[in-house]
Parts: sequence; C-alpha cells; structure tokens
Amino acid sequence: MPDLAALRRRRQAIHGWLLLTPTLVMLTTFAFYPTVATVWTSLFSRGTRRRPTEFVGLENYQRLIDDPTFWLVAKNNLIYAGVTIPISIVLALAMALWANSKIPARSFVRTAYFTPTVLPMIAAGNLWLFFYTPGFGVLDQIGALFGAPSVNWLGQPETALWAVCAVTIWKEAGFFMIFYLAALQTIPPDLKEAAQIEGASRWAYTRRIVLPLLMPTTLFILVNAMINSVKLIDHLFILTKGGPSDASKLILYYIWENAFAFFDAPAAAAMTVLVLGVLGALAAFQFFVIDRRTHYR
Amino acid sequence: MSDPAYVALDGVTRQWGGRGGVADVSLDVAEGSFVSVLGPSGCGKSTLLRLISGLETPEAGSIHINGREVTHLQASGRGLSMVFQSYALFPHLSVRENILFGMRVRRVPRNARDEKLAEAVAMLGLEGLEGRKPAALSGGQRQRVALARAVVSGHPLCLMDEPLSNLDAKLRHSVRRDIKGLQRRLGLTVIYVTHDQTEAMSLSDQVVLMRDGRVEQVGSPRALYADPVSTFAAEFIGDPPMAIIEGAALGVSGALIGLRPEHLALAPSGQGDLTGVVREVEYMGAETHLIVDHPAARGLILSVPGHAAWQPGQEISLTLPKEHRVLFDAQTGKAKKDPQQDYGGDRRQTAPRDSRKALQSHPSTD
Repeated sequence: MPDLAALRRRRQAIHGWLLLTPTLVMLTTFAFYPTVATVWTSLFSRGTRRRPTEFVGLENYQRLIDDPTFWLVAKNNLIYAGVTIPISIVLALAMALWANSKIPARSFVRTAYFTPTVLPMIAAGNLWLFFYTPGFGVLDQIGALFGAPSVNWLGQPETALWAVCAVTIWKEAGFFMIFYLAALQTIPPDLKEAAQIEGASRWAYTRRIVLPLLMPTTLFILVNAMINSVKLIDHLFILTKGGPSDASKLILYYIWENAFAFFDAPAAAAMTVLVLGVLGALAAFQFFVIDRRTHYR
Repeated sequence: MSDPAYVALDGVTRQWGGRGGVADVSLDVAEGSFVSVLGPSGCGKSTLLRLISGLETPEAGSIHINGREVTHLQASGRGLSMVFQSYALFPHLSVRENILFGMRVRRVPRNARDEKLAEAVAMLGLEGLEGRKPAALSGGQRQRVALARAVVSGHPLCLMDEPLSNLDAKLRHSVRRDIKGLQRRLGLTVIYVTHDQTEAMSLSDQVVLMRDGRVEQVGSPRALYADPVSTFAAEFIGDPPMAIIEGAALGVSGALIGLRPEHLALAPSGQGDLTGVVREVEYMGAETHLIVDHPAARGLILSVPGHAAWQPGQEISLTLPKEHRVLFDAQTGKAKKDPQQDYGGDRRQTAPRDSRKALQSHPSTD
C-alpha cells in the first residue's frame, strides 16, 4: 500500500515543520527580515519632502567609499579590535590560570575579576570618565603624586581611542575569564599528575596540554570578542561621543549617527550590510578553518 | 627478603586533619618484585602510592628509592612511571604523541624516540593505532597506551593505581596478564594498588594489606591466605572469604575460629560440628555455594561441586576439621598460634570487632 507510506511520510514532514515553526518565526522576525530589509533600504536614495525615495542601485555604497570619515572610522575599528581582542583574551587566560590555582582568597579573586562584567557598560563609562577627567580624575591625581603633568586622556586625538580600548579590555577580560575558568575545571587533575611524573615542567604542561585543551573555549571567546569589537560601543556615548575629530569613532557609532543624527538611513543601511558581510566572512573562517584544527572532547 | 630494599618507607605519615591518609607506615619493596597494596576503599592505599610517586609529601617519615632519599624530591626526579585508574591520557594527542610525551618534554633525540615507540607499540599490541586519539580507543586499548607510556619512560619502578578498575571483567583478565608479562619481561619493580583481592593474589609476589591507614599484614599471597594475622585479614582475603565462628560454639572459649571454605565439609544430619540453616543457594556452574546461617558464625559458605539440590531453609550439618582451624583472640581479633600464648604485648592493637553480618568481607573504614 504505497498510499499509506506516502501519507505517513507527509505526516512526519508536517510534524517536523511544526517543531521548527517557533524558531523559524523568531529568526524571521528578528534576523532574516531585518537583514533583507537593510539590504533593500541600502539600494534606495534618501527620501526628502521634495525628492521621494528612488532606486539608486549601488550609489549609496559608492558614496561610502568616497567618504573619508568612513575610512577613518573603519581604521579606528580595526585598531580597536586589534588591541582589545588579543589583550583581553590573554588577560582572561592569565587571570583564569591564576584564579584556578591554589591561592588564598580564591573566590575573592574570582569575584573581583568578574565585577566589571556585572556593571552595565554605561555605568562603567561613567566610572572611567571619573578616572580620566583631567585635573581631579584618579589617573591625574596619581600622576600628580609622581610629578607627571595633567593629561586629558579623552580630549586629545592621540589618546582618545586608546583610552576607550582600555575600558573595553577592563570590561571584557573578566567576562572571558569565566569561560576559561569553567574550561580549566573540566580538565581532570590526573593529566597534570601524569605530566608531572613524565617530567613536564609547569610551563610545558600549560603549553602542551592546557592550551590545546582550551582551544574550543578560545575559539568561542574569539568569536564573541570579535562581535563585541563591533557591538560594544555604549561607553562611547559617555566618554567621547566619537571625538575629538572622529579620533575614537567606531563603525557602529557612525552607523547610529547616520541613521538617527543625520537621518540618512540608506547610508546607515549600506554600512550595516558591509559590516554584516565582514563579520559573516570572519565567522565562516573561524568555524571552517580554525575549527578543524581544534580538539573537542 | 634478603635483597636490599629497592623502595623503602620508614614511618611515613600523611593525614588530613589527623584523619584518613596513612599513619606510620613502614614498608620494604625488593627490586624486581610485584607488590600489591590491598585494602578496602578509604584505607589509605592510594595515598601511600601518591607518597611514593611524589605527588604527595609526607608529614613524617622518609622514603628511599634505590638507596636514594627522595622524601622531598619532585615526582619527575624519582625515576618512576605511573599508571592511573582513569588512564590519564591526553585527549588531544594521538596514541603516538601520548606515548612519546615524556620523551618530548625531556628532549630525547628523535631516533631514540622512534625506536622506543616501535618497541613499546609492538610489546603492547598497539600496531596500527598510533594515529588515533584516545577517544577512538576502547578501554582496554587506552589502558595499554598508558602502559606503553610507562614502558617507554624506561624507569625501573612502575606505580599502578587500580589500573583495571575501569575495565569490564573480560578485559580485566587480558590486561592483567599483559601487566604481569611486562613486569616479568622488563624486570620492573611494580607497586600495584587495588581493592580487588583476586588481582592482588594472582599478580603479586608480596601483598601489603592495609586497614585504616596502617599496614595490617605483609606477606606472600600464600602466607596471607594460610596465616592471616587477624580476622580482618582472614575475611578480606579469599573468595569466598574465611568463615569466622565464635569459639564457644565449638568448645573453645575466648577465641574466634577461622576456617577456609574449602575445608568446610558436609556431615550427615546432626553429626557435624555445627548445624545451620541454608540461607541462599548460588549456582556457579562448576560448583554451588551454599550460604549457611548460624547464630555463632559469619561467612559460612560451603562449596559443593556441580549442581546441588539444596533449598533455602533446609538444615545443614557441617564438619570443621581441627587441623585447618585458625584461632583468633576474641578480644583483639589477632591470630594466636596457641590458645595459651600471651599476646598482651602486641604493638598493633585493633579494636575489638563487633559482630558483623556474615559475608560482609569489605568493612567500610572511612
């Protein structure tokens, strides 16, 4: 009876789709549709009262490429990512290795490292504003003790971006440490003892056993750090607003400015599409290339 | 043993807040011998092994290996290898890299490494598996890799911490034979921790029976079987273990009488030394175990060849041949060769043993 078999297959298919529906609805509403809408918007001109919106093809992208601010912002973001990602990961790893060893007041150390993560980014921004403020900020006061001149960390183009980077690293390292700490605790202590008996030094054990076993975690953190280097800009609103003279402006902040300060939605959409493309390519590289060289238990 | 001790422990103590661990253990292990450290869980046998390996440092006492004082030496400096219950293989490294790990970190030249690897792989039948990760191996293969890792280190002393406990019964036998074969072929000195008395008996030259962090008895498997120093030793060794009967039931006051099950014999109804009730009948194939209840005895198990037609609840008469009886002091549980002998000066006192249920041969000592 072929009909019965076909019926059963169809019922199974309907079942499967029903199970997928909730996820599909959520993803469509919050991911797929906005993506498509953004691409669509980026292909139209900015509508004014006199000139209605019209299809302009890639003109918005052309405008972006000709915009020197866009390139400056892209460069800033590259520096921002290049500085914050490796430093926060290395710091997180070092803190996790330390907080995982037998030290006094271990839980206090862990809590202290994790505290910045609990703070909202805006609060962290305000806190650091107090550190950086010239004259009576904490950094300047400490500097004054040693006779250093007052520095306006956020107010000059040479230091503004670095000051912003420092806040991000401070905020992220503790968060990543938690992942490393969790991963370290899944490594059985037997391995350390076996390595000890084989004559491996602490460094050899860390390099040959611990770091490779932490690779899946590192990969996960890397993806997160990369996303954050584009996403985490809340403190810019408090600290610099992208200034002075765009020295600390990052892509997402510029997109926000275009969309909600200059009311140029098509330009913002075009930039968003570019960012999406770059992030997508990076994620693909991580998962297809680095993933294959990683050991998963 | 007349040989100088290869591993010598003298009054070694390591406890945690005065509890657990080992207390005042002295032990000599001859070179090239296979010594088992046997005991119930929590008796300190693993602590003892970790003290010898250097993963743990004693609070008191000294440890010598090959005539050298190593009490405060790091594990890597003691010239020994270790096999763990959990195998402790590095999960991200292949079999080859696992075996060669130690040589790598010790910077052994490549050709020497390859030679040793080939030798160890052939010895343990791991050919063709060199490229695999531990996750792709069976339990027995993993433990063989761990053994190969111990073999290539070239150290004459190998410590094993319950290496067979994570294997199923069948594999346990084959890996057990591998271990014994390796030890004999390479002339290794092996100190082997186990809670399984069958393993200890079948593998070792010497068995160290531990209880509550102290050494209860040291001797050859035969000595432990034939001459247990206490009721604890008597009931821990042997499968089924020694039966213990209150002396009063047999006309000997103030003593406990031990008898190996193979010496128990059936008697015509009412004419034996003891008359008990069959509680359980366990058919094993070649023989049948009759578990017998008697108010004055524990661990009475009679082995009858083939299939036996006994039923639980039946009365059964047993003969306990005089020449095979082992006498223990009723108060201390210590063996006495002669009922008149005075054992008051015994330095290792054990608490008087309360009467336990029959068959409970693994008293928890935690």
